Formats: sequence, structure tokens, C-alpha cells
Amino acid sequence: MARHEVTFPITDPAEILKLRAGDEVTVQGHIIGIRDRTQIRIFDQGIDPPMNLSGAFLLHTAPNVRKVSEDAEGRGTYEKICIGTTTSARMVRFTEPLGAHYGVRAICGKGGFPDEAIEPMERLGMVYFAIVGGAAALETTQIEEIEEVAWEELMPECLWKFRVKDFGPLTVGIDAHGNSLYHDVQESAQEKLKELFARL
Amino acid sequence: MSTVTTTDIQHAVEDAAAHLYVWALKDIPQDLRDALAAAKDRETSVTGQRVLQTIHRNVNIADDQKNLVCQDTGIAVYTCRVGEHFPLHPARIYEALRDGTARATVEHPLRSNAVHTITRENTGPNIGHRLPIVHWEFIADWDGLDVKCVPKGSGSENMSFLKMCVPADGVKGIKQFVLESIVGAGGKPCPPGIVGVGIGGSADYAMYLAKEAIARPIGTRNADPIVAQLEDELYGLLNETGIGPMGLGGDVTVLQCHIEHADTHMTLNPVAVNYQCWAARRASVHVDAQGNLEFDREF
Repeated sequence: MARHEVTFPITDPAEILKLRAGDEVTVQGHIIGIRDRTQIRIFDQGIDPPMNLSGAFLLHTAPNVRKVSEDAEGRGTYEKICIGTTTSARMVRFTEPLGAHYGVRAICGKGGFPDEAIEPMERLGMVYFAIVGGAAALETTQIEEIEEVAWEELMPECLWKFRVKDFGPLTVGIDAHGNSLYHDVQESAQEKLKELFARL
Repeated sequence: MSTVTTTDIQHAVEDAAAHLYVWALKDIPQDLRDALAAAKDRETSVTGQRVLQTIHRNVNIADDQKNLVCQDTGIAVYTCRVGEHFPLHPARIYEALRDGTARATVEHPLRSNAVHTITRENTGPNIGHRLPIVHWEFIADWDGLDVKCVPKGSGSENMSFLKMCVPADGVKGIKQFVLESIVGAGGKPCPPGIVGVGIGGSADYAMYLAKEAIARPIGTRNADPIVAQLEDELYGLLNETGIGPMGLGGDVTVLQCHIEHADTHMTLNPVAVNYQCWAARRASVHVDAQGNLEFDREF
């Protein structure tokens, strides 16, 4: 299992293709926070996100923040309090359109995606990063600044742009070559269950 | 000599609730720290070690920076043991817990998660219709109040399961359902955590008991030796599934399995599973009849 450092957003697809399920990754650059209501607005209500998602790294999050100021149009600026990551599986159906329509290349969350994400991720050259769920105190220290917030009316499920430093450690849960740790773990656990049931 | 009024006691309980909610979110209990350390010692997989070492780092950072362990401030769930002679009526205890939860949310500030279940609009600072949730127990011949706060995150709460097994399914049916549930949950509830199991009673009461079970100190055993034996057995079996830390595979799938039980109808065999994530947050206070607070008195 290799270790990598990747800076987002990426422009070269090879940056994703070099990653293999199980590898450890640290991320630099900019990442985009997104959640259930944000994606429902984009895909179910058909409203384009007011941020460029090409080559982007998306984080499944809804942060604890403090509003520090507001401009003449009422747009706020925010400072972090505690930023962590939510369960990804609820949002799996947005994977294909995020890659196909907006050019998203990485999705990071906790708990993994079910198998329906494997095919579009392979076809579109995308990767799923597993973060350690609940480790928000650490994650908060790796987010240097909240640079931009869109759709504040969805608070806290807005679209967030974070500048990060040494974000991780992340584990490649699903790679762009059709491999999923979650699939493999489920498959062997289901086999193990048969053995355990026979012993009961 | 000043007299303590019920208003004073209501304020004391409100203060206690406000403190408990934030304290629980920031400072995880020692028994949980010990269980996580033991998990780190025995995990042999590379990804599992990565996860458990990151958890260890995270808990230390939360301590150093006085930050929340996890961003999910949950729904506030309280368990109250109310003495027969405690001077404040439970209706007012509920008001105090609700007001304390709201105050902590606004003053810290904490993320407010409470929404109307149909409109999904926010209903207030972690309060709303029937929020927070309070479990009640009443104690005869006592004048005290014990309150335990368990902020329950949604990642683990979404991994709750109920099956109305039939008597012919027996204990084997209970074991199979718990195992299937935890394997099916995979990494979603932030393993390794505490598997709470409620058996017997009725459908609603089994789930209530499962929630009581996750709030116990880690590794405590049911007073009924038959149930305690089932806790030991399920704990062992669950850790043979290979789900591992954060569902990435490994040796440690659960930190513990706790079971609460109730007697039931001769034709019922309900089993409920409620999961508590590794960040199994929990904080307690004892309030005496004068409104004096003693924190961290576990019950």
C-alpha cells in the first residue's frame, strides 16, 4: 500500500489513476464541502452550483462555524469551530452526475459508498477517499480557512470552499480501476457470517 | 437562612444540562479511552491501525484545544433517575433540560441539527417538538436526581434495526439478527463502537432498551447472568466478522456489546439493535434536593 500526496483541484487525470484501493493519501490545496441538501438542490432542483467543481475534491460535511461578518449584500464570512465528515452512503446517487456533468474527481466521506459507485468511478476516473469518521477535532486543525460559502440559506448544508494543509490520513476506499475495499470487506464478512451461523 | 425554592432547583438542573451537553461532546469518558487504547493494541490490519491511531490523535487534539471530538452534536438524549422526594416535578425537569440544551447550543455555539421531520426546516437550537429526548426512571424512598446526557450522532443512529423474531427463532434468531445488522451496517456507524441490544418487552420497548444499553459504561455486564453470557458471546462473534475500524477491514469491529432485557409475551421475541459510534459521548451529574451539582457520578 503506497503513500501519496495530491493537490486539489487536479488538472491531470493521472493523479487519480495512480491511486489504488488501500493506499494512504494526504491532500493539499482546496476542497469543497457539500452535503445532502446541497446536492438535492443541484440535481433534483436543477440549479447549477455557483462554484467550479472541475477536478475538485468534495467533502461530505456540515460544519460547526461562527459568522464573523457580513457584506453589503448580506453574504457572510465564517470561521471554523469544528469541521468533520458525515456518512457518504446517503448521497451515492449523485456520484455519476457529479463526475459526468461537473468534472468532480474525488469524493471524501466516511463509511463508504455501496457498489453502485464502482462503475461510474471507473468510467469517469474518480476516487472515493475514506476519512476517519468522528475525528473532527483533527480535521479542523487541517482546514486552514473557510475561503468561500455559497447558498448560506441551506446552513449548515451550504457549499463550502476550504483551504487545507496536510488533510488526512485518507484511505483510498474505491479507486478508478474498479476496486472497492467496501465491496471486498462485505464479501468476506458475508462468507464469515455463514460460518458463524453454522456454529450457533 | 435562605430557603432553596423549586425555581432555584430548576435553574440548577438547566445549568447542569447546559454543562453536560458541551462536556459530553468534548471530553469522552475514561472507560471509552481505555477501550480505544486496547483496540489499538490488538488491531493487526494496516488500515485498521491507521484509523485507530487517527482516533487517538483526534481525542488528544480535542483535549488540548478544548474542541468537540466529533462535529455531529447529535440529538441530545437524557436519562433521568428521579427520586420520589426530589423537589422538582418531572415536567419542570424536562423544561430545564430543554432550556439547558438550547442555551449550550446558542452560547458555545454548537451546530443545531433539529429539523421538522417533514419540512426539514430547523426548529431551534437543538430543541423542537419532543426534542430533546428524555428517558425516565423513578426511584422510591430517595430525594435525588441523576441525569446522564448522551448526544447521539446520526451516523450511528441511522444504523438501528428491529426484528420481531418469533419464539421458535429462539436465542439463535437473536444472535443471527445482531450479527447480520452489524455486518450490514459496515463502516457507516463509525466502528468500532458499542452495540446496544434490547430484547423482550414490546417493539417500542426493545428499541428503548437498546438505547439504554449503549449508554452504559463500556464493558459493564447485565445483572442477569444468562443475559451477561449472551453479551460475552455476541461480543466475541461480532469481532470475528472482519468489518474492522471504519468498515475498512480488520480485527476490531466493536468495542463492546451491551444487552438490556425485559420480560415479554409468550408469543413475542423482539430484538432491537442500536449502534453507538466509537465517539461514544456520555456525561452525568447528580443533583441533590438542595440543587447542589456533583458531576461525573456515573450511574
